[in-house]
Amino acid sequence: MSRNYSVKDNTVENRLFINRIVAAFIIIILLTAGLIVRLMYLQIVGHEHYSSLAKDNSIKIVPLVPNRGIIYDRRGKILAENMPSYSLELIPEKIPDLNDTLLRLQKLLEISDEKIELYQKLRKRQKRFTSTPLLLNMNNEELAKFAVARPFFPGVDIQTRLVRHYPYSDLSAHVIGYVSRINEAELKELPIAEYRGSTHIGKLGIESSYETQLHGKTGYAEIETNVQARLLNTINEKTPDPGANLYLTLDIDLQKTAYDALGSFNGAVVAIDIKTGGVLVFVSRPGFDPNPFVVGIANDAYQALQSSDNQPLYNRALRGLYPPGSTIKPFIALAGLEYDAISPQKAILCPGYYQLPGVSHQYRDWKKGGHGSVSLNKAITESCDVYFYRLAAALGIDHMHSFLQKFGFGEKSGIDLVGEKSGLLPSREWKSARKNQAWYPGETIITGIGQGYLQVSPLQLARATATLANRGNVVTPFLVDKIVTAQTTFPGPETHQQIIPLKPDNIDTIVAAMVNVVHSARGTAKRINQDISYQIAGKTGTAQVLGIKQNAKYNENEIDIKFRDHALFISFAPADDPKIAVAVVVENGGHGGSVAAPIAGQVIKQFLQENNEH
Amino acid sequence: MNTETRSEQFQPPSLLGNLLRKLHIDIPLFIGLFLTSLLSFAILYSAGSQDMDILSRQAARIGLAFLLMTVLAHIDPYQLKRYSVVLFGLGIILLVAVLIMGQIGKGAQRWLDIGFFRFQPSEMIKITTPMMIAWYLADHPLPPKVKQLFIATILIFVPTLLIAKQPDLGTALLVASSGAGVLFFAGLSWRFLLAISATLAALTPILWHYMRGYQRDRVLTFFNPEADPLGRGYHIIQSKIAIGSGGIYGKGWLGSTQSELDFLPESSTDFIFAVFAEEFGLFGCLGLLILYLLIIVRCLYIASQAQDTYSRLLASSLAFTFFVYVFVNIGMVIGILPVVGVPLPLISYGGTSIVTLLAGFGILMSIHTHKKFLPI
Repeated sequence: MSRNYSVKDNTVENRLFINRIVAAFIIIILLTAGLIVRLMYLQIVGHEHYSSLAKDNSIKIVPLVPNRGIIYDRRGKILAENMPSYSLELIPEKIPDLNDTLLRLQKLLEISDEKIELYQKLRKRQKRFTSTPLLLNMNNEELAKFAVARPFFPGVDIQTRLVRHYPYSDLSAHVIGYVSRINEAELKELPIAEYRGSTHIGKLGIESSYETQLHGKTGYAEIETNVQARLLNTINEKTPDPGANLYLTLDIDLQKTAYDALGSFNGAVVAIDIKTGGVLVFVSRPGFDPNPFVVGIANDAYQALQSSDNQPLYNRALRGLYPPGSTIKPFIALAGLEYDAISPQKAILCPGYYQLPGVSHQYRDWKKGGHGSVSLNKAITESCDVYFYRLAAALGIDHMHSFLQKFGFGEKSGIDLVGEKSGLLPSREWKSARKNQAWYPGETIITGIGQGYLQVSPLQLARATATLANRGNVVTPFLVDKIVTAQTTFPGPETHQQIIPLKPDNIDTIVAAMVNVVHSARGTAKRINQDISYQIAGKTGTAQVLGIKQNAKYNENEIDIKFRDHALFISFAPADDPKIAVAVVVENGGHGGSVAAPIAGQVIKQFLQENNEH
Repeated sequence: MNTETRSEQFQPPSLLGNLLRKLHIDIPLFIGLFLTSLLSFAILYSAGSQDMDILSRQAARIGLAFLLMTVLAHIDPYQLKRYSVVLFGLGIILLVAVLIMGQIGKGAQRWLDIGFFRFQPSEMIKITTPMMIAWYLADHPLPPKVKQLFIATILIFVPTLLIAKQPDLGTALLVASSGAGVLFFAGLSWRFLLAISATLAALTPILWHYMRGYQRDRVLTFFNPEADPLGRGYHIIQSKIAIGSGGIYGKGWLGSTQSELDFLPESSTDFIFAVFAEEFGLFGCLGLLILYLLIIVRCLYIASQAQDTYSRLLASSLAFTFFVYVFVNIGMVIGILPVVGVPLPLISYGGTSIVTLLAGFGILMSIHTHKKFLPI
């Protein structure tokens, strides 16, 4: 083979190139001719047809926006509705002197300069004949003032539109979420025909996860308009399908009880109907008022929410991750029974500390001097740490991991809310993958009392408790009970049935110990057993480390409060026929028994009372 | 030895001409671009509802673009060739960076925020891709062999796929065609060209699979706009009404009723040609097309006069890509191509595309005004 390919032949290349230039020119001319032919077709042949479409009386297709579905709680109380809202709108074209009009309006209605500026910006982006809002959400006083002065303001009028309203404000904000203006990124992804004319979209919570159902189906009308875009006649109309109404499993009165019971503390309360998995209470405190987000929250107000130390925008129930502390003990104990690592009768001696063989480090019990001789029942009732250090060492991390996983720790519960966190259930694999380190025996020990890497959300705690109360039948939490359209009613999300194989005796042992936590003289939550005709099974917990506080801004003079322990409590009742499971996390609340347990006690009491009456 | 440049033999007598020549500006091309920019202001004034804000922002953008063009016209093509690979590599890195940031920030992401201004790497890659391909092919004998074709194809595919993933189909198309243009002008045999077209046609179903919902909608709507009058079909129907109602002579400047009454969406950006056609009619459209053709012909002439292979390939590909711009935009507005987001070059409002386009013309001017010797 000749190797002449490395030699460049300039003459040949020149000719080739000029040929290609000519070829390109011909292609360009041909394609341009194509464009011209099409233009001639549209502008000469089709001219009359298109002119008649465009001329004086034009047919315009306008979208008919469906009304958004209403959200109710389990008793039919309205959680999200559409309220008429009055806005002051200006049509620049019809106003002789816009600046003068704006000045006079500013004086009359005491409008801030900021709003005038905002209006000017908005106006410049719109046609001169479109009605552009200056004031949204006018109150009665403003309406009255303008009504009187109206004749002096040609081109200014009051418009009514429906605005989403959340009557329970911050009480339900973390469950319902809110709707807000569609942003550019969403606009690109949305089905454009469905959302033509829609201005708002669900951003969080139920409003977001059930957006399709709540929004409904947009209709349209073909209308005849004249050159001033004035409506002459409606030719054809396809009415919109209104959005579906949602009935939640949430009990807003119970929600309020839980929210108020948290008092000035930050924290979360989740209660689940054990029989169905329906979520009864889903509290994250502090909440925030979602209503300003609907009309467009002012920047400084938003900044204030964002930078607040209490993090009101943070959904603690869904996304807050905490070490479970001693609330993990019933599950570890059950694992010990199932794996035959312990027996209910056998007691151990608790000297107040535990040592791994051959290691000098002492793992201390919360009680100085120890609990003495400790059986399983006493270990849970009095929350003895040493008992669980030993049990953890006997079980090993692999068994603990696989057992706790069955109760939903370390994975999303599948609740019908967006943004759920899966928490962290550590294992050897996790540690070598994420930290590239071996698992140390000491880490097994502290996992036994719910410390170390273990991180759970309040929702996960409630779910695991419900599953335990349900004797191993896994409970899947959900919020939407029914989806009601004009035609039919659909059920909420599907829940899949899973059963953890557990020995009934073992469950009874754990439940009996958890009842003692509340009802025995030495129980850590004994203060909530007054005046009740049923038994509560529970477990207190205290989490030493700050979960979400770690990434909060430093604040030295408050450091003592911030580093106070989180108080936790899990419970279900009645112990012999469980109906409701409650998990409570009180940030920096101190001890589970004194702060968290009474909150759960109140929720349980109210729920059982209300449900016995019916 | 003759180091004089060719254009110096035809010195324009005027002071302005002298100045422009010192600036390495090609006068015919400059006039064409300048006229088109003026036209842009006239149409934007009408399409943007006489909003002076839009005009001043466009003026700032065009000013910046002309400045960049002048700067690039000063850079010797030899230098451009030297840095082709580095610039192309940098472009790819930035594209990947944008994609990763997009994944973190969710949804479409095309911008890199560099402090005080936002930068769109996909714009830069529109020029560096043909530079890269031209650099690669220039040192091999032409027409390219299978091996070179293979490597060049990969070099084109990488940026194209990265941009298509953003997702920005319009720009991806332009980048692909700028690279393919180089191959075409390098003399790739017609048989290969046919084979590539056939392969691309066969790949369409795969591309379809990777398209996002709204992109599929656009293509489907193109085949049957009336089926979706409220959604994507709306653009095409309204734009055809605007163009058709313009007729032969048009409704006159500021006489567009369709954009004024808000029937026509995106009247200042991608669909500005519809406003133009409505106001200036068929004659106006022919005039605009002729103006574009004159620019393209001048560019092809510059390419034909270029002295080394790299300059030729780059110049001709830039000229051809400019035509693709015009063709795709007008084609989609008059309803013979699907709606992909490509602006009407030099006229549409906004976007950084105008800066990139004039940067390309700056390179063409540099090629034309930096000749070292007379061609044999």
